[in-house]
Amino acid sequence: MDERSPGAPTRRLVLLTAAGFGLAPLARPAGATPAAMEEAIRALVGEAAVERGKVKLELPPIVENGNTVPLTVTVDSPMSEADHVTGIHVFNEKNPQPYVAAFGLGPRAGKAVVSTRIRLADSQQVVAIARLNDGSFWSDRTDVVVTLAACAEG
Amino acid sequence: MARVLINLPARAKRGEIIEIKTLIAHPMETGYRVGPAGAAIPRDIINRFLCTYNGEEVFRAELFPAIVANPFIAFFTIATESGEIVFSWTDDHGETQTEVRQITVE
Repeated sequence: MDERSPGAPTRRLVLLTAAGFGLAPLARPAGATPAAMEEAIRALVGEAAVERGKVKLELPPIVENGNTVPLTVTVDSPMSEADHVTGIHVFNEKNPQPYVAAFGLGPRAGKAVVSTRIRLADSQQVVAIARLNDGSFWSDRTDVVVTLAACAEG
Repeated sequence: MARVLINLPARAKRGEIIEIKTLIAHPMETGYRVGPAGAAIPRDIINRFLCTYNGEEVFRAELFPAIVANPFIAFFTIATESGEIVFSWTDDHGETQTEVRQITVE
């Protein structure tokens, strides 16, 4: 975060350099877009239809600090040998990469609930997709407003 | 060795669904940030997490740069029998850190 060392360029130097090279906004890698996210989801599910329901994606609706955002995915499933969730995948629209995380679980989990903490580079939609053992996919989408974005200092 | 926090009950009833919370100290450098000299800081993240219960896989995770520094992962498993629960984290350099916890099931 704060990486100011004695040899670090000053703000003035950085601005001058940026202006000189015509790079007013610091060159950032091309980020994921909603289209890139849909593509990543397509790569996961293939031709299968993704249905809404069963999955609950919990994120705070307003995030003050995009550097750490708690996320919980709950899938309504008996988690029995015959009917269980095999994977939970999380995607986002506007981070540099569309993939956030993928979790693998099975009947030994008891319940299909996973929590972690993620980074969000901007206000955006986050998508969770669950794959069931019968090959069906279920999803939930949540919009998040981020006031301080992750990697803003990038 | 990175510092690790693992929270799970030491004892459980047979068949009980227990929650396991894990956290490991790691910068999770995304590879998208720029260092003081203007060069991109190379990516260095934990990309895989695995949990086995007496040798049987019960949970795994594939992580991407969007996961926070000091990644926290919480999940559930069924306490089937007494034994060892093993956790392992693998980073971009292929290095794996493994932690073992005992559980008593009665």
